[in-house]
Amino acid sequence: MSKKVLERLKAQFGDRILATSSNFGDDEAVVAPKDWLEVATFLRDDPECEMNHFVDVTCVDYPMREDLPRFDVLVFVRSLAKKHRVRLKTRVDEGGSVPSLVPVWIGANWGEREAWDMFGVVFEGHPDPRRILLYEEFVGHPLRKDYPIEKTQPLVPYRDVEDIDKLPPFGADEGQPWSRIDWQARIEGSDFQVSPAIGEQQGQRPALSRGTEYTDLDDEAARTATE
Amino acid sequence: MEPFYEDEEHEGTLELPAEPMRINMGPSHPAMHGTIRMVLELDGETVMDLDIQPGYLHRGFEKSCERGNWTQVFPYADRLNYVSPMLCNVGFSLAVEKLAGLKVPERCTWYRMILGEISRITDHLTCNSASAMELGAFTPFLWCIKVRDWLWDVLEQETGARMTHSFGRIGGMAKEPTPHFKESVRAVLPQVDEVLLETESLLLKNRIFLDRTQGIGKLSKERALAWGVTGPVLRSTGVDYDVRKAHPYMFYNAVDFDVPVGHDGDNYDRFMVRFEEVRQSMKIIEQCLDKMPDKGPINADDPRFVLPEKLDVYNTIEATIAHFKIVMEGIKVPAGEAYGFTEGGNGEMGFFIVSDGSGTPYRVRCRPPCFYNLQACREMLIGDMVADIVPTFGSINMIGGECDR
Repeated sequence: MSKKVLERLKAQFGDRILATSSNFGDDEAVVAPKDWLEVATFLRDDPECEMNHFVDVTCVDYPMREDLPRFDVLVFVRSLAKKHRVRLKTRVDEGGSVPSLVPVWIGANWGEREAWDMFGVVFEGHPDPRRILLYEEFVGHPLRKDYPIEKTQPLVPYRDVEDIDKLPPFGADEGQPWSRIDWQARIEGSDFQVSPAIGEQQGQRPALSRGTEYTDLDDEAARTATE
Repeated sequence: MEPFYEDEEHEGTLELPAEPMRINMGPSHPAMHGTIRMVLELDGETVMDLDIQPGYLHRGFEKSCERGNWTQVFPYADRLNYVSPMLCNVGFSLAVEKLAGLKVPERCTWYRMILGEISRITDHLTCNSASAMELGAFTPFLWCIKVRDWLWDVLEQETGARMTHSFGRIGGMAKEPTPHFKESVRAVLPQVDEVLLETESLLLKNRIFLDRTQGIGKLSKERALAWGVTGPVLRSTGVDYDVRKAHPYMFYNAVDFDVPVGHDGDNYDRFMVRFEEVRQSMKIIEQCLDKMPDKGPINADDPRFVLPEKLDVYNTIEATIAHFKIVMEGIKVPAGEAYGFTEGGNGEMGFFIVSDGSGTPYRVRCRPPCFYNLQACREMLIGDMVADIVPTFGSINMIGGECDR
């Protein structure tokens, strides 16, 4: 459909376009993370490409492949006037980062936040790097293949009662405390922390600012110990 | 009595001491449909900034898809946009069929189009009438919901369920059209038209409704494109992007319909675009009904993807084995990546699917139109009043199931 875009990219960037394909009519170009921003800007500004309509950004996790980095990062864009689409792909390793595309298409903002939330791929220079669909205390990135699907991280611990028809009312120490985030600490500029009450309740570390590494995915042991 | 202010320079400058105030709206707010949280920064009643926080309805759609087989995605896809589940169902089937290189029979395509357009009507009616209700007009809501129920009766007759049909299949549909399908659709369409006119007559000369919608929640064309906005919200800004026209799928290039566009991208335009689209959908349905053959297969003739007839399953060993293999191991979709996109109720509904050749999806990414539409909501609302949040948010038609997945 839009072979022209791929040819244009190859003419402009030469070897820096690592691969192109048009399987099933979806045009795709693969670039290295360092060229990511430049190629995206070119796609938007070049009068022959004119990719002004942002569509989507997402990741795919391949933990088992050895020859290539672990994550595929994909961005889908289309041109309103030319009616063609292209899919740009790059590959990053765990802990690696891709430049954020928010300066190019502002719509990448939430998509990249979601990709960070779900896969832990860091988008360098993102203006608002918070989790979006999950809560801030969440540990790990659930769409990675090594995140167990049965694993739960409830903010309010499950209640262990025999007769579920007659649930006793929540005690003073149960349920979700008001203001689970320590806003005071955040305002004062220290690192973002979960309020101590919640941290204790769940046996979790204070979670997840950028760059916090999580090593053991299965915190069940720690959680049950405190319960 | 002496006036309070004697000198001129103070005249008209009496102001209450006000500093920006931060207010939390949601996640469970009576005036907002959908579970979503907005943190507002207000100066008086003017919205200076707001932070929209979705995610309260996140149920792990994409993760759940990676554990079953391809057919088991349909119930999840139903629950993406639960106001127009048939569009999500068909969208997902088309994406997988694109990857599998499968062609469905002509009759099935027409059938899918009719059911999909009925779903689109229900989607737009729900959105528009609920926005009107939030502005105090309760009657249009009741009338539109009445019509929606008639349309759902048709869908119930066809699929067995009113809302979450799970009716799509890879390579066809779950069942053939019922013998009275065409009659019942033809019977309900004039009633829809009638109620549409009545609803418009209630709203479009209503000063309150016009004041609350015209010029409120504006979005410009260029910004809408950069934000990734699609669907009626994009068309209200004057861009005639409709997937059905721009990248025709199924038989949309064989039917005649128009793409309504607005000028200003405000609430009123979004409202009018939706109502006009309902009319266009009815036009499409009428053409499809004429063109849909009464006889013919509904499922693709491909034993790798489509379950054999029940009669054969009970009577022949080959069909029994084929049935067993498909049910137990799942459909083997060839390895590869494909992005299939259709026009959903709120815009471009895309499915990026990755298959590794086994019976289980490796990755199913849903490109949710609401998510990106909602993202642009911040820009629409900054500078407006607190009271404008409710109609603007309503006109975006955020569906929690699709936005948060």
